[in-house]
Amino acid sequence: MQSDFDTSDCYTIEGKLALPYTYFAGRVGSRFITTLRDQHKIMGVRCAACDTVFVPPRQTCERCLGDLTDSWCEVGSRGRVVNFTVVRYPDRHLPRPVPFVLAMILLEGADTPIVHLLEGIPPEQVAVDMAVEAVFAETTTNTIRDIDHFKPCDA
Amino acid sequence: MARRVAICAAAQIRNEANIWYQRFQGMLLECFESLVDQTGLTFDMETGVRNVVTCSDDVFDARTISDNGMTDVVGAHYRGEEKMAQDGLNGLGYAMAAIMSGHDDLVLLLGHCKESQSESRHMCTNLAFEPFFTRPLGLDFLSAGGLQARAYMTRAGLTEDHLAEVVVRSRRLAAANPFARENAAVTHQAVAASPLLADPLRELHYYPVTDWAVGMLLCCEERAHEFTDKPVWLTGFGSSMDSYYLGERDLAFSTALQQASQRAFKMAGGVDARDVGLFELNDAAAYQMPLWAEGVGLVPPGDGARWLDADGPDRHQVNRSGGMLNGNPLMLGGLARALEAFYQLRGEAGDRQVDGLERALAHGTTGPAGQHHAVLIMEN
Ligand SMILES: [Zn+2]
Repeated sequence: MQSDFDTSDCYTIEGKLALPYTYFAGRVGSRFITTLRDQHKIMGVRCAACDTVFVPPRQTCERCLGDLTDSWCEVGSRGRVVNFTVVRYPDRHLPRPVPFVLAMILLEGADTPIVHLLEGIPPEQVAVDMAVEAVFAETTTNTIRDIDHFKPCDA
Repeated sequence: MARRVAICAAAQIRNEANIWYQRFQGMLLECFESLVDQTGLTFDMETGVRNVVTCSDDVFDARTISDNGMTDVVGAHYRGEEKMAQDGLNGLGYAMAAIMSGHDDLVLLLGHCKESQSESRHMCTNLAFEPFFTRPLGLDFLSAGGLQARAYMTRAGLTEDHLAEVVVRSRRLAAANPFARENAAVTHQAVAASPLLADPLRELHYYPVTDWAVGMLLCCEERAHEFTDKPVWLTGFGSSMDSYYLGERDLAFSTALQQASQRAFKMAGGVDARDVGLFELNDAAAYQMPLWAEGVGLVPPGDGARWLDADGPDRHQVNRSGGMLNGNPLMLGGLARALEAFYQLRGEAGDRQVDGLERALAHGTTGPAGQHHAVLIMEN
């Protein structure tokens, strides 16, 4: 602030944006979520043109522009860590008390890693390339958090 | 042949941590009045400003259609007014296109962001993630930055010492800029001792919460002399969008930035990074300065650490302003880069002036871990 700025009659008020929504997950997103929720299977889609298995799935390959709606393939619920960060700043939008680990996990049979929570291991012991497996949630949220988290497993 | 376009004048308020005592309208009004004072521009419907481009973000402003609350103070009443909700550098590119195309002779550009207004800017950027696969995990731009930092540091051999040097240099250079956010000078030890936020990113590796507003007057070549005797020409612009999901991108090298740069260089007459005397790169975090230097073609892919070791940032005049890392708000980090290049090309950069400068590159990025990139080539 400029030292000569007149702050008389300057006051602040508190406010909040809090607006409930109902989101459509899309046909492809819906099938991914219901399959995950009801069968504990993680599904991707494969683009034959660029030979890429996308997780999360998508209706269209943005590179080849092909329709992938019926190109489902199941990927593994196990994979390996290809990248990670340790979230250490507390905040309201975070799913866990800090510190917790967000990892990029390449599932068996997938070409694109997904981001998810990695638990069951102290953050300082997490390493790239470690093998992990999904732990499915006991109650559904109809989101990717129908996988509760990933945990280390034998390679 | 498309018309040439120049920035004829610019105005800003100081970057500050918390401008609680001014509404964003007031912040913009200061910039607006300065532009009128500098140029004598009018709002005559025949010869004056008929089109205004504003840059702002709904979530940071906590109101949708965030432009409609300040069109009066930016002179937009009964005029064309359009809003850019990506980094403001895209607003500059849009205003440039409006003049090149012959749509209008003059465009007024204004941008603002008050990061301090929300309890948490990370809650704001969490909303950039869709609600099924990523948002529920708490991803935001800081944690996405942590993931990108690890990917890039591994690829390019960057260490904590490299990051500390980038931060110390940023603070040192920004201290020469009277409009820069006022930060404490830091030592390498202080950077290395600052708390980890999203490993390997520490608090001082990431830009601080900042409020700011900025304005520019753009004009076609034929009329630029009405407003300035030192026009800065906008000769090339390019942008490129990368994949949405982090897992579909190469976080350690930005093909999108490479493409945006190549488009801008081509439009500027087939120049390349070797022809640029000043680079202003949109580094929200310390690791991004070398990463973006690779993306614009200044540094070979994967050579970021070697480039830093060889004093590359000083030799190539990269972020003489201190960069976004010293403190510009999100959504304006790229427009702030263009503003710095404008002052440099006019010879008005004071103690941070680069001598003999003819061409500069300004870079802006929008989205987590640099999803979208825009590059502007500017010449005097
Ligand atoms: Zn494809």
